[in-house]
Amino acid sequence: MNETDAAAAESGRTRAAASDRLLARVIREESGRIVAALTGWLGSLDLAEESVADAIEEAVRQWRRSGVPPNPGGWLTQAARNNALDRLRREKRYREKLALLADPTEAATFIGTRELDERLPLLFGCCHPAISPDAQLALTLRAICGLTTAQIARATLAPESTVAQRIVRAKRKIGAAGIPLRIPEGPERAARLDIVLTVVSVMYSEAHLIAGGDAAADRDLADDALWLARVVAHQLPREAEAQGLLSLLLFHRAREGARAVDGELILLADQDRTRWDGRLIAEGQAVLGKAAMLRRPGRWQLHAAIAACHSDTRDGGDTDWLQVLTLYDMLLAYDRSPIVRLNRTVALAEVDGPQAALEEVDALRQALTGYHLWHAVRARMLRHLGRRDEAMAEDLRALELTANDAERRLLEARVAR
Amino acid sequence: MSEYAILIYEDPAFYETMPPEGWGAVVEAHNEFTKGVVEHGGSITGGGALKPVTMALTIRGGTVTDGPFVESTESFLGYYTVEARDLDHAIELAKLAPATGGGVELRPLHDPSAGQL
Repeated sequence: MNETDAAAAESGRTRAAASDRLLARVIREESGRIVAALTGWLGSLDLAEESVADAIEEAVRQWRRSGVPPNPGGWLTQAARNNALDRLRREKRYREKLALLADPTEAATFIGTRELDERLPLLFGCCHPAISPDAQLALTLRAICGLTTAQIARATLAPESTVAQRIVRAKRKIGAAGIPLRIPEGPERAARLDIVLTVVSVMYSEAHLIAGGDAAADRDLADDALWLARVVAHQLPREAEAQGLLSLLLFHRAREGARAVDGELILLADQDRTRWDGRLIAEGQAVLGKAAMLRRPGRWQLHAAIAACHSDTRDGGDTDWLQVLTLYDMLLAYDRSPIVRLNRTVALAEVDGPQAALEEVDALRQALTGYHLWHAVRARMLRHLGRRDEAMAEDLRALELTANDAERRLLEARVAR
Repeated sequence: MSEYAILIYEDPAFYETMPPEGWGAVVEAHNEFTKGVVEHGGSITGGGALKPVTMALTIRGGTVTDGPFVESTESFLGYYTVEARDLDHAIELAKLAPATGGGVELRPLHDPSAGQL
């Protein structure tokens, strides 16, 4: 029995109002499949996605009150199909298509035979490099995870009209520019997979911001991101990097309970490691091991290996910083972004001391001067060197630049000390 | 199959400072491209090379002025139109286009039979 059936059975017994968590689980399990199937059938992602999105809005309204029906996938498919028919009736040039759609046996055969998981080709289409990164994320959240525009707006702290416009433009571009909904083969594949994995990772880190912030999103993006990372890793078992990202997110998720307590952020070094989820850590290690056996290293596996170093350590004082630093040095070969270099300085300080780390931090000044964590890390190095006044000034600057409330409280506590 | 335009943008200085014997290589590169498109399963439906950007003039609201429509280091110097299966195929073809002194912009062409833009 899969998760959706279980959820349906559970709600079938009670048929009470469904929680948002349950709705999110059921809807995301079905959304991408139905969008993919309808797109194949209608020949238009725009129309398919719009019809499914409307069906989801209806479902959220109804199911929140009266519970999830026994066959939620069938319910959503039927509702989406009806929406598509309504839309087509309003458009003359789809007359012939309408004849096909009106035949219920045809529809049943088409949507009923979904042996292949068509969500992955759809996902690669949504994350095409011809679409802007913001739109890739928004379209993926809607078409694959089944979030409503309002939910995406709340989760990404963007105005609803902006999100709606991004999605419309991206869908039109897919149709008009002829962006194919398929997993690319050959030399393009690795680069395209990396975009998909980046979108999933951004989905997770957006959730991180929310977890610490005050915005009450009714969908937990971290859950959605972990779910999507699982779908990708499961569907592409030979892609080491897909396993690497899943492993990374499992390690992060495992530490989530200790990272934010009562809306307050707690630094890795200060976290109560008994609150870490041992089951998720074990799964993260297993997935990373599987990735390593494929013998195709990459940046997501290295990120995961760094997270594994921390997750393996029961006491922050026992951290193997030399190993962490070595992994960061390897990571630089794939990703020389200023953020990676900044994170590396924390390990560098533990191995070579705060002076060496401060020099590296200062080399990143130009790239990261508007980034609050650059100032927070610099403050940390200065404090270790006994330069307290300068450290205080950097902490205050970090505070000024922080948009997130939980992070602000963490920095305020440090300044007050 | 859909039609796409490959717009070639290059720094004109690249051609201005090129020794005369360099032209042979440029012509050769374009011949290679034409062959490459066919080898990659596409076809060329049109194209043209523009004279230097110093020859350009702009007409806006009936007023004629000297110079290109948009001033930039890299100028629009030529184009091809190709037929491709989808955008990924068109990208594959566009990557073959010679644009040593710059790069190319890829634009899907409007199909008048498909209705609105």
